[in-house]
Amino acid sequence: MTGIPASLGLPRKPPGTARQGLGATGRLDDWALAPAVQAILFTVCATYLFVSGILFTPLLGTPYEVDGYLSPLFSPLFRPDWLPTWISPGLFILWVPLGFRATCYYYRKAYYRFYFADPPGCAVGEPSLHKRYAMETRFPFILQNLHRLFLYLAFIPLFFLWIDAGVSVVHDGQVRLGLGGAILFVNAFLLTGYSLSCHSLRHIVGGQLDCFSCSRRTRVRYTLWQRLTSLNLHHMAWAWASLIVVTLADVYIRLLAIGAIADPAIRF
Amino acid sequence: MPDAHLRVFRGDSSTEGRFEEFDVPVEEGMVVLDALHWIQGHAAPDLAVRWNCKAAKCGSCSAEVDGRPHLMCKTRLSDFDLEQTITVEPMRAFPLIRDLVTDVSWNYEVNKTIQPFTPPTDVPQEDWRWQQEDIERVQEYRKCIECFLCQDVCHVLRNHETERPFMGPRYLVRAAGLEMHPIDQADRREYLKDSGGIGFCNITKCCTEVCPEHIKITDNAIIPLKERVADAYYDPIGWAWRKLRGGDAESGARAELPVLQGNPPQTDEAPD
Amino acid sequence: MPDLTNLETHAHDVLVIGAGGAGLRAAIEAKAFGADVGLVCKSLLGKAHTVMAEGGVAAALGHVAPEDTWQVHFRDTMVGGKYLGNPRMAELHAKEAPDRVRELEAWGAVFDRTPDGRILQRPFGGHSYSRLAHVGDRTGLEMIRTLQDRAVALGIQVYMECTITQLISGADGVRGGFGYWRTTGRPVAFAAKAIVLATGGTGRAYEVTSNSWEYSGDGQALAYEAGAELIDMEFVQFHPTGMVWPPGVRGLLVTEAVRGEGGILRNAKGERFMWKYLPDERRAEYAETDEEAARWVTALSQGHETDARRPPELSTRDNVARAIYTEVKEGRGTQHGGVFLDISYLPAETVRRKLPSMYEQFKELADVDITRGPMEVGPTTHYAMGGIRVGAETGATTVPGLFAAGEVAAGLHGANRLGGNSLSDLLVFGARAGAAAARQASSKDAQPYLDPVQLQGANGALAAPLERPEGEDPYAIQRDLQEMMQRLVGIFRVEADLDEAIRQLAELRRRWQVVKATGGRAYNPGWNLVFELGNSLTVSEAIARSARQRTESRGAHSRLDYPASDDATWNGLNSVVTRAADGTMSVSATPLPQMSDELRSLLGGEH
Repeated sequence: MTGIPASLGLPRKPPGTARQGLGATGRLDDWALAPAVQAILFTVCATYLFVSGILFTPLLGTPYEVDGYLSPLFSPLFRPDWLPTWISPGLFILWVPLGFRATCYYYRKAYYRFYFADPPGCAVGEPSLHKRYAMETRFPFILQNLHRLFLYLAFIPLFFLWIDAGVSVVHDGQVRLGLGGAILFVNAFLLTGYSLSCHSLRHIVGGQLDCFSCSRRTRVRYTLWQRLTSLNLHHMAWAWASLIVVTLADVYIRLLAIGAIADPAIRF
Repeated sequence: MPDAHLRVFRGDSSTEGRFEEFDVPVEEGMVVLDALHWIQGHAAPDLAVRWNCKAAKCGSCSAEVDGRPHLMCKTRLSDFDLEQTITVEPMRAFPLIRDLVTDVSWNYEVNKTIQPFTPPTDVPQEDWRWQQEDIERVQEYRKCIECFLCQDVCHVLRNHETERPFMGPRYLVRAAGLEMHPIDQADRREYLKDSGGIGFCNITKCCTEVCPEHIKITDNAIIPLKERVADAYYDPIGWAWRKLRGGDAESGARAELPVLQGNPPQTDEAPD
Repeated sequence: MPDLTNLETHAHDVLVIGAGGAGLRAAIEAKAFGADVGLVCKSLLGKAHTVMAEGGVAAALGHVAPEDTWQVHFRDTMVGGKYLGNPRMAELHAKEAPDRVRELEAWGAVFDRTPDGRILQRPFGGHSYSRLAHVGDRTGLEMIRTLQDRAVALGIQVYMECTITQLISGADGVRGGFGYWRTTGRPVAFAAKAIVLATGGTGRAYEVTSNSWEYSGDGQALAYEAGAELIDMEFVQFHPTGMVWPPGVRGLLVTEAVRGEGGILRNAKGERFMWKYLPDERRAEYAETDEEAARWVTALSQGHETDARRPPELSTRDNVARAIYTEVKEGRGTQHGGVFLDISYLPAETVRRKLPSMYEQFKELADVDITRGPMEVGPTTHYAMGGIRVGAETGATTVPGLFAAGEVAAGLHGANRLGGNSLSDLLVFGARAGAAAARQASSKDAQPYLDPVQLQGANGALAAPLERPEGEDPYAIQRDLQEMMQRLVGIFRVEADLDEAIRQLAELRRRWQVVKATGGRAYNPGWNLVFELGNSLTVSEAIARSARQRTESRGAHSRLDYPASDDATWNGLNSVVTRAADGTMSVSATPLPQMSDELRSLLGGEH
């Protein structure tokens, strides 16, 4: 053993010479472009999903299910008799994926950059109100550490999404291969990919081990960890694809429900 | 080939600093460091540049080229539009010594606070046995050449006043290499949470973007460490489970060690 | 010139100069012996040239080839060094290297593994068995980081970016060193009961080199000025494979591990020319056909045993370097003056896993994908076999209190170093020098007294280049020196060239004596270069004079006018360089230390 106490304090960092102030940088490239596009896309999808899941039905009465298709925002559907009409059943479900995505390591990176400008880009200055910075060491952002709890919960609606997609294939006693069903399958698939590529899952499955080869059990976990790692490499792609498709799925079903479009399908 | 136009920061801590412009004849394959050497040899012999191997293996020649952190020995002039001026500045997160040289000694002080490699005392080294897959993660972290570009670009170190110090990506990578070493026995999670300030990192990935060794600093080192800290401090279910089972969290003192297990050596099936 | 009344002075039991592998290892050992250690380095800690070592560290662990023993390693080292190595050093080295490597693992080094979970070893030129413990192709980085972490954990005091320009001596030997902080230019002195030099090599004297600016022969020159003997200085290793294109990276090392993993050398006509250059007496150790060499590579990559012998590319470095030079000279070189080194016939995944940093290096610096096409390579100045004469057991130089280890010391490698032996060298003899220095320090009570006259002299020399109103540009002198050494004291040498080199060196030194540095003291590379350049001139002269004296070809020293080995005159003789009383350089030769009968029998009674 050597003589370093476990909790030796770090020295305070001496001051550098970085340009300070929002957007101050020596960079010449279009560093703001990618976060701007992401911000728009994310804001549109997130706002729509929130409005659709909580407000549409109480305010406008638009249905979220039609002909055996259930919008993924409402699955599993929990709609007890006592529920007043001004409360959307989406309320019982939506907080799970919302919490899962809000604490997701990828989305954190994205929205810390485009919403909080913390930082707006790499080697780009920040607004002066960031002077006092505690980030994930304090409330509220310390709650990001609960990501794994949302992960566990997220598997519940995910399970029902596969059921919904499967059930939608049989309608009115017939097999129906419709676009709506295809969308629900794709949606379930992408959400599964997003959930399985989660950093927390990767950690729980194998990443927390220090020795992979030590026993049969750890070797199995290592194999799983490797698989999840290859999915995790594309966590960002899973995150965007599943966000966009779940949005489209809801839009599609609501358009079907109000009769604006018809569902192309083969029935037999 | 046309000349390259370089705009190089000159100055020291006692002055405001200024940019000087140089026209440098370009050869094929030339990197920014070659251009600076040409300037030293022909125009400004006292231009301060820190460099050693010139092969991207020692991590000395870190600077900011057109505002982005780079190792100058692997930043090729052919990647730039030579019609435009190329601006070379010192790393901005550290105090200036002179010209392109900064005082990075703080990093070495941080390093001293990390509990070093701590193998078990009761297992003879002859019995250590581990497989390539056990160390692949650690080998990735140990590719680090300590160029400190990740420290330079990290907005916590670059832009913020934090009330406690933050160790920065480089030392999270080092800590990850120790924590995930198959036979290391120390538990650095409390240190990471309290002294190291891992919570200050908001995983915005700039460190990963600038790493010249292509270490996936955020995904492979920092996030796994955040998860390990969460194991110990932010996981009510895990906590309840450990209480029920009466066991310990899986870091530090572990039940399973990669050591020779009696005779014959432990194998599950014939190797294929 | 700042006066010295307030000279910053540090006192230590042991002062280690140089923080590469040898210096760190010496410091760790001295500290373990209870000495108070100061470690001085010209760069930041962990940047030393050891990081450039790629292939591995040679040690007869026997993990891959159980029949490998220290005796075989000893014989390989002596044979590779053309029987000019110090046999006692080769013995200690071969015996102790395995423990030194295991020690690194105990300090946290993460070597590649065998299927049964132990340290993996790879084959290398001149080694009879797979012997090099390695981490992909960045073994040196792993070693220096491990040693650095160990030194930090032990609390060793490190003085970074500090150059020692002169050793301070007394009647009882060395007492300390005088130097300056590179960051501020302020002078600083160190008093020490024992000093270990671990400053590395001399390659910066050449134009095409794999060495960084630090390799200016500082330790050799400091020791020489302090009265120590330098030996074997004519033996400069030209690594066969440096990059040749683009110009900015000319000389940059291409690790021997490329050949160790099966890389094939071909000239511009596509011929595998190494078949022609195998020395007759060793031909039996190499494959006879392409097919046999290919079987050897296949067996290696699949990790099974084979009776196939090694490919001819794994001949010793001196031989491969001469072969490549000759091919190019005779018009069979590539467009950029090199030959092709091809590993692309192996699966791309294997190449990327085994040679990750080579893959990166070529992709990023030369736009070449080595998994798809060949590299262009040529010889590059790489290593100094010669250096300060040291005692085998202790690393003690001929000056009391002064020790040396690593590349700056001579003796182990003789006329040619085997790849992988330098990393084991610096571990084994770094530790020995550190221990001996600590013992030496513990035998002295009082901190030594630094002679103010010497300090004043050193301080004056430090200030002089800045204070001259005008003078020569150090960069110009350096360019001329490098060009001259490359041309006249390169791979092949002749008497007339060496005479000319010695004459030109005198002229360069005259120019150097009136060198002028512009700017101030703080981090001024032009001014800093002056002192490195002075050391380069000293070692260059030692190389040229030793090369002129040795009228034969042996190992890395090839004389066109004496193309054969002259065993009658030169076998077992080391050339020795000392500073004569009048300040001029004198060259002589002394016989190798006697070899024990046991060692002699290991060499098969050949020598």
